[in-house]
Amino acid sequence: MSTQQILGEDTYDDRGFLARLSLFDWLWAAALLLGSVYASYHFAPWMDRYEHGILYLTWASTVAIGWMWKPARLFTIVVAAVTLFAVMRYPDLAAAETDFFLNYLLSSQAAIMWMCALFLAAPVVYFAGLLGRAAFLERLGTAMMWLASGAGLVGLLVRWWESYLIAPEVGRIPVTNLYEVFVLFAFTTGLIYLYYEYRYQTRALGGFVGLIIAASIGFLLWYHFVQGAHEIDPLIPALQSWWMKIHVPTNFVAYGAFAIAAMIGVAYLIQARMPNAWQRRGLPSPEVMDDLMYKNIALGFAFFTIATILGALWAAEAWGGYWSWDPKETWSLITWLNYAAWLHLRFTKGWRGTPMAWWAVAGLFVVTFTFLGVNIFLSGLHSYGEL
Amino acid sequence: MATAAASTQSERRRRKSTASILLTFLGSMNLAITLLVALAIASVIGTVLQQGQPYQDYLLKFGPFWFEVYEFLGLYDVYSAPWFLFMLAFLVVSTSVCLVRHTPFVWKEMTRFREHQQERSLRALGHRREWLVDADTETVAATAETALTRQGFRARRKNKGDGIMVAAMSGRSNRVGYILTHLAIVVICIGGLIDGNLLVQWQHWTGQLTVETRDIPVSQVDDSSKIPPRRTAFRGNVTIPEGGRAGVVFLRLGEGYVVQELPFRLHVKDFRIEHYDTGEPRSFESDVVLHAPELDEPIEQTIRVNEPLVYDGHAIYQANFGDGGSRLGLRAWPLDGGEPAEVETHVNEELALPGDHGRRLEVTDFEVFNIHPVPEATSRREVRNVGPSFTYRLRRPTGEALEYENYMLPVDIDGDSYFLSGVRRSPGDEFRYLHIPADPSGGLDRFMALLQQLRDEDAVAAAADRAMEDIGITESRVRQQVGREAHGMIQTLLESGFDAVMAEQQQRAEARGGDAPERLMDFYRLVVERTLWEAYAQVLLDEDIDPAEPAEEDLVFYSDAITAMTALADYQAPVFLELTDFDHRQATGLQIARAPGQNIVYFGSLLLTVGIFLLFYVAHRRVWCWVRPASGGAQVLLAGSSQRDPMGFAKAFGKLEGDLNQRFGDRRRDASNGVSGDST
Repeated sequence: MSTQQILGEDTYDDRGFLARLSLFDWLWAAALLLGSVYASYHFAPWMDRYEHGILYLTWASTVAIGWMWKPARLFTIVVAAVTLFAVMRYPDLAAAETDFFLNYLLSSQAAIMWMCALFLAAPVVYFAGLLGRAAFLERLGTAMMWLASGAGLVGLLVRWWESYLIAPEVGRIPVTNLYEVFVLFAFTTGLIYLYYEYRYQTRALGGFVGLIIAASIGFLLWYHFVQGAHEIDPLIPALQSWWMKIHVPTNFVAYGAFAIAAMIGVAYLIQARMPNAWQRRGLPSPEVMDDLMYKNIALGFAFFTIATILGALWAAEAWGGYWSWDPKETWSLITWLNYAAWLHLRFTKGWRGTPMAWWAVAGLFVVTFTFLGVNIFLSGLHSYGEL
Repeated sequence: MATAAASTQSERRRRKSTASILLTFLGSMNLAITLLVALAIASVIGTVLQQGQPYQDYLLKFGPFWFEVYEFLGLYDVYSAPWFLFMLAFLVVSTSVCLVRHTPFVWKEMTRFREHQQERSLRALGHRREWLVDADTETVAATAETALTRQGFRARRKNKGDGIMVAAMSGRSNRVGYILTHLAIVVICIGGLIDGNLLVQWQHWTGQLTVETRDIPVSQVDDSSKIPPRRTAFRGNVTIPEGGRAGVVFLRLGEGYVVQELPFRLHVKDFRIEHYDTGEPRSFESDVVLHAPELDEPIEQTIRVNEPLVYDGHAIYQANFGDGGSRLGLRAWPLDGGEPAEVETHVNEELALPGDHGRRLEVTDFEVFNIHPVPEATSRREVRNVGPSFTYRLRRPTGEALEYENYMLPVDIDGDSYFLSGVRRSPGDEFRYLHIPADPSGGLDRFMALLQQLRDEDAVAAAADRAMEDIGITESRVRQQVGREAHGMIQTLLESGFDAVMAEQQQRAEARGGDAPERLMDFYRLVVERTLWEAYAQVLLDEDIDPAEPAEEDLVFYSDAITAMTALADYQAPVFLELTDFDHRQATGLQIARAPGQNIVYFGSLLLTVGIFLLFYVAHRRVWCWVRPASGGAQVLLAGSSQRDPMGFAKAFGKLEGDLNQRFGDRRRDASNGVSGDST
């Protein structure tokens, strides 16, 4: 034992996660905390103690995300700055039409329209980059995805402010109807995709994921122009709860991840037909796509589980029981069982590849029915976003 | 302990008894996946077929045969159906068996480092890397151990002959995740079972409890349909009018309900609905007082949606609302002539209407506010309140009834105001509205006066007489005859509508018109039109208005009134009910639930969440570092593999490899000798 020594102690950077954080990481986290503290004092009359809790929880999770995924830091800074700029120019609703910035860029309607335009263009650019093997176009696609997600988030944040401008008692977080959650879905999916694009260093799947976002944008535009769904309506009593603030966003992380998994499934199946041609263009190997599919379904499943549990906790407070076999609840269970079966097959039976890709695609139909079909075809306690 | 479990396991397997075969089947993955998918599919049924509706509705919808089939299958309450519960129970048993069978293995996986691994088997692993290092085995092993620890591994060192085996693993809690998730399912299902209505179903099935289907006061419900206060789970509803009290809730069961008695009484002082400016409801709240024998002071609290009152494990929720028996003052205008009668009634009451038509009045609902979109609204926010309305049924002695909806105040439509009264045959139809024009003072008097004129034979005869004088008919015999005919035709108009009058005119003209029936028809039409006008002129005269110079509004009223008259035939009511005054009394709908299993379910949910994150985000990894003396130093073999997460493992292995590579630094004597494994 006396001869024992540890080699390389002096050369290797083995500092822990926190020690490896830069000064900028800390400053950024501190600035966000300062903003949160300010908000929690400034808006105290409108918040109960749960909402204060949710505010700091949001801060903590944003910091955790930013520390693990560095580009998110810049994203939050830009979104915060732009939103604050918009809010400062927005003393009353009339400003939305008279102020240049609000009218063309930053009122919730303008920002959401920019989001729509960018999300519609992104898959075109991504596919052009993939098919034409043009790295520049793919980078442009990524930029558009970032901008679109930012525009969507700014749009919802400004809409939050607008709802209070209508009347203080009308004010509420804009995740309460089908129109708003479609915006939420679009940019959440965009951000989750961007995270995996960064982690896996491949832009080749952007077009595929962009397609499902574009589809949701198509619905959003129809809903806006044909149904006039963009108007801010006051909240019915059942939805006036702080649970809204955590239940809905959690759900949409899950929906977004499931949607990405399905679109990677599509890419997988397309590549399986002509492996060489597609791999030459830069589509990741089947193993990588399989792994990505699993990562997204796992993320979706974890968040879906939490969202459903949060929903049950809320239901216990609003509907008189944590489980009522309401169509939305039941379809959530069906979705959950479906992905539970998928994960079991992968974990214990070691299934991989084509059948699992097909299943992931089919899973999206179940998710879509849970998300949308239940509202359209079935009636129940959950019928808020009616068509 | 783990060894003991494992050995009994193997003994059991050796015996191959029926029990072991059954156990293997129950714990098998195929069964589990089949159950997951089967449950998902079965759950769909309850979302497609609306649950818990009145059996009458199902009977109408499916017909007698399929109604019976579906009832037998329990599809009207599918989530309480025995076969569905059996499937759930099967899932719980399967998961439990799975858990019991696998936990010993999982435990071993977590606790054993497998330091007895042979070099040969290490060389068979997917990821390998070798170094020849200019250092003694102790130093190299200690370095490897440090590197492993720094990368998050727990390492165990074992001297084997002249070499040292460093066995390491990380992410042991991943295996805890397996136990937690599966345990969670069992816990949640048990909690759910405790909160289900199995007990009541069982009592119903064994005949200890009979289902009440009639809509009768609680005091008249038989004791066999009542359940005394209990500590177990239930979930029921009760509607309490303002100022009323209740000590029971109604539990839906099969085709009816049973009465659950509560250990407390609720007194509802007030129920309020607050509205936004746009007219949408902003809050529903009830001021309730809870009296219980064990309370010195009753509890007073306001219950809102999302803010229930919890007492002794009972949660009391604001669920819905309705009318609690508002008093309505009505004026019944007979549509077949005669003076109006004043009637007083309450919502949910029935009474015989004055008159000899034998209709009974059943008032079903009353609303103070009716928020409708403005007719030419461009946005959904443009709404208006058109005032109170009430709905009622008029039942004939034969039992048939039509449903009506009357508004108290005249409603403005395109600049003119009308009293609206809707009529429909069944709840599934849309209301069709009778538009009675409001007179300049905003009342029904002028319309009803005109109607009385037209129902009165003498008045019609006088009006017809004046009409014919205007036309220039002088012969008194003709005037008398045509006057009678005009009365007949006007009665036809009121009772059978416009088409019937046309038919009657044609019939009369053909019978008497000789070779030019068309001319006679035109004559009849002219006489009827003029007679109607003359009757109206009389009404105007009675109001001290000169009919020779009618105002614009009087003319509009006249044409609207005639339109309404011709629609009376479809209205099919002997009276028009005008709402003159009311005392609004609301009722609050409360849901009261006991869920003793709730905390068990929440605990299970916590286990599930923690378990899922451990399973997904903690990877269980094993690597081995075999160090043995070689010429001039130590030979190091780093190896490992992972079936479940090959990509993540490759990354982790690469990092470890890089770490060691850097640590060995210039002590590496023969780097080329290192066989980089097929780290793909």
